[in-house]
Amino acid sequence: MENPGQKDLLAAAGKPVVKFFGVGNAGVTLLDAVNTPEFAGANFIAINTDASSLASSSAIVKFHLESKLLCGLGSGGDADRGRALAEEQFSTLKSACNGANVVFILSGLGGGAGSGISPVLARAAREAGALVLAFVTLPFDCEGNRRENQAQQSLEQLKSAADGVICLPSQKIFKLIDENSTLLETFRVTGGLLLEGVRGVWQLLTRPGLIQIHFSDLCALVRDRHAENVFAFVEATGPGRAREVVEKILAHPLLDEGRALAESDAILVSLTAGKDLTMAEISRVMEQMKRQCGRAQIIMGAAVDAALKDRLCVTLIAAKQSSLTVSEPVRTNSWGGISTPPANHREPVMPRGRGQRKHSKPVQTQLPLSIVSKGRFDKSEPTIHGGEDLDVPTFLRRGVAMN
Amino acid sequence: MFEDSNIVVGLEIGTSKICVVVGEQNAEGAVNIIGLGQSLSSGVRKGEICDTEKVEQEVRAAIFEAEQMADVEIRSVYLGVTGGHIRGFNNRGVHPVVSADREISDDDVQDVIKNAKAINLPAENTVVHAVRQHFFVDGQDGVTNPVGMLGARLEVDMHVIHGHANRLQNAIRLVRATQLEVNEIVFTGIASALALLSSEQKELGALVIDIGGGTTEFVVYSEGVIRHAGVLAVGGDHVSNDLAFGLKVPLSRAQKLKHEYGSALITEAAKGQTISITNELGLTLKTVNLEHLQRIMSLRLEELFEIIAHELEKAGLTDYLRAGVFLCGGGSRVPAIAKLAERVFQMNVTHGHAGSMSGITAALDQPEFAAAIGLVKYGSLKNRRRERRGGLGGTLGSIKNMFGSFLQRS
Repeated sequence: MENPGQKDLLAAAGKPVVKFFGVGNAGVTLLDAVNTPEFAGANFIAINTDASSLASSSAIVKFHLESKLLCGLGSGGDADRGRALAEEQFSTLKSACNGANVVFILSGLGGGAGSGISPVLARAAREAGALVLAFVTLPFDCEGNRRENQAQQSLEQLKSAADGVICLPSQKIFKLIDENSTLLETFRVTGGLLLEGVRGVWQLLTRPGLIQIHFSDLCALVRDRHAENVFAFVEATGPGRAREVVEKILAHPLLDEGRALAESDAILVSLTAGKDLTMAEISRVMEQMKRQCGRAQIIMGAAVDAALKDRLCVTLIAAKQSSLTVSEPVRTNSWGGISTPPANHREPVMPRGRGQRKHSKPVQTQLPLSIVSKGRFDKSEPTIHGGEDLDVPTFLRRGVAMN
Repeated sequence: MFEDSNIVVGLEIGTSKICVVVGEQNAEGAVNIIGLGQSLSSGVRKGEICDTEKVEQEVRAAIFEAEQMADVEIRSVYLGVTGGHIRGFNNRGVHPVVSADREISDDDVQDVIKNAKAINLPAENTVVHAVRQHFFVDGQDGVTNPVGMLGARLEVDMHVIHGHANRLQNAIRLVRATQLEVNEIVFTGIASALALLSSEQKELGALVIDIGGGTTEFVVYSEGVIRHAGVLAVGGDHVSNDLAFGLKVPLSRAQKLKHEYGSALITEAAKGQTISITNELGLTLKTVNLEHLQRIMSLRLEELFEIIAHELEKAGLTDYLRAGVFLCGGGSRVPAIAKLAERVFQMNVTHGHAGSMSGITAALDQPEFAAAIGLVKYGSLKNRRRERRGGLGGTLGSIKNMFGSFLQRS
C-alpha cells in the first residue's frame, strides 16, 4: 500500500467518507437516481458542461465547467474538449475530492462531457487520496462509430486512472427488454442496473456485517485489476430463495450465462437478508459460486438487515486480472464489451505531465493481438460446459505457453 | 435375392464419414455382416447436419457401395443419431397394483412403464430411447420381470434419452429423401456399446466411449442395463482445430500431422524433436515442434476424459465399472490414448472390438465402425423380438405404437 491516502483509509475502515460524482448528462441523471435517503451520508456532486442539465439536478454541489471556447453550448459531444476543460479545472476537481475515502464516478461514456471529464476526475480523486470506483455505461451499437470509439478510448483511460471500473455495455440490455420497450424504459433499465451495482457496493461499505467484508477487501479486489469487473445484484424471497438467487445470478445478462464467473480470478460475494438468514443458505449459495469459479479467490460476506424481512440479496463482483497471458485475448468481448482495441495507437500510460503522482504505477497496456478464432467451429453452436467454451483450444484455456 | 426381412442395415451419418453396414440374419437370429459402404462426410458439424444436399449425396454414395458389396437392395435402415443436444437421465415411474389378488399383470407393467416415460421435457424435445432398468416390487430391489409376482406397489427405473425433435427429424427427413425407410432412430452411443460389450461385461459394469469426429458419446452399463448416457460435442475435429491454431498450420495440414505424429501422451522421444513440413518440391516450409503437437493433443484428450469422469462421478457410477472402460471411434486410434484414459479414470482401459458378429471381420475390426455395427445388432435384436412375439403383422403395429408417434410427425 504505497498510497499515502491508503493508510487513512484503512484507519477509517469502519465508516468511509463517500462522494458520488455524476459526470455528463447521463451521469447527472444517474446521480439523481442515486440521491435517495438510502444513500444518506454521502456527498453528491454533479459535473457537466451543460448548464440546463445541472439546473434540473438535485445534487447539492454542482460544477459547471465552462470556458469561452464553448460559448455556452456544452462540449458538443467532443471528448477532447471535455478533457481540455477538465484539465483546466484540475485543481478544482481535486479539491472537490478532498477528504473522501471513496469516490464513485457515475458516467455514460460516448458523449463529450462523460468521456472527457471522467478519466481526469478519476485521476484527480486518486491524487486526493481516495479509492476511485467508476460505474460507466457504454453506448448502444446503433449510436454510431464516433461515440463508440470515444467511449472505448475513455474507458481505457479510466481503467488506468481509477481503481476499479465497472462497466455496463448498453447493448447487453437488449437481452432484458422486449420489442415494445420504450426508449425511456430502456434507459431506466440501464440506470437501474447500474444503480443496483452502486447500491451493492454502498451496502458493502456501510452495513455492519456478521461476516464482515472489510473495506480493504474491496480495495484488494478492484485494485490492480484494471480489467473488466462485472457485477450482479439479485434478490429473491420465499422458502427456496437460496436456490433462486443462484439461478438468477447464473442467468444474469451481465455474467454471460455464468461464463464471466468461470473466467474471473477473484470474486466478492455479499449476502444480505433479514434476521432469518440461515447458515445453510449461505453455504448453499457459496457452494454454487465455488463450483462456478474454480480458480478464483473468493471473498465472502454476510450481513443481516431487519428491514429486508424475508428477502435475500446477493451482490457479486467478479474481477479478472488483465495481463498479457496467451489466454487473454480470447474473450475480451465476452466481458465488458471491449471487443476491439481503440483504433489509434496507445502509448504506455505511465508518464503523465503535470501533477504526477508518486505512486502511479506503470500499466502494461494490452497489445492488439489477433482474436482467437474458433477455426472451423466459428459458426457452429458453441459447446459450453461448466462455463467454458470447449471449442476454444484447451491449451489456451489452461494458459499453457507453447514456446 | 434375400428375403427382405432378413436384411438389417445400419446407417451412421458421422461428422467425418458416413457409413453403412449390411447384416444378414439367419433363422437362428445370428447376424452375418455381408456389406459395407462408406463415404467421406462434409456436411456435418459436431454430429449434426448442416448441409443437407451434400449429406444426401454422400449417403446415396455409401448406400450404393454397400448394396454393390452385399448384392442386396437396401430398403430400410436403422439410423444412428447424435449431437450435443442429446441428454440422458434416470426417471422412476410408480404404479399401485389395484387388482384384488395383488398379482402383478402385464397391464400393470405397461402402466408403470408409461408412468416412467411421462416426464417433463422441454416442449421442443422428444424421447429417443426409454430403457427399462429394474423393477421394484414393494421396495424390493432388482426385479427384472415382475409379472406374476405379488405386490401392492410397482416401480420401475428408466433411463430416458431425449433430444431436440427438429434436429432429430432433420436426419430422418434426409434419409427419407433418398427413398429409404427409417426403421428406427438409435442413439449412436448405445449402438457402439451394443457392438462392443458382451453380456458379461454389461453385467459387470462398463463404460463405452466413442470418440468420433465431431462428438464423443459415452454410455455406462451396469447390472446388465444402461445406467447413464451422454454426448459431448467434442471430438477429433477439435483436436485438429487445436493443432491448426497452436502450430499455426492450415486445418488440412493439422489433420495430417495428427494422423502421422499424434499421441495422447508426450513421448520421451518427442522431446526437442521438430518436424519439417515440406511442399511438393521437397522444400521446407515450416518446422513444427513435436512436443508441442503432442502436448496440445494430450491436453485436449485429457480434458475430454476428465469431463466424462466428472460426469460419472456426479452420477455416482465410478465404482460400478468393474469391467473397465472401452474405447472406440476414430479418436481411439490415437496412440497411447488408452494409457491416458487409464490415468484419468484410474481403471482398466481397452480398445473395444465388435466381437459378437461374423462376416467380413477384417473390415469391421476397425473402431470407426463400432456404431454402425451396433446399429445392425440393434436391428437384429428387434427382429428377433418381433419373431418371438409372432409374425410380422403384429409387429409393424407394435413398432408403430412405440416409435410411430415420433416418426410420423415428419
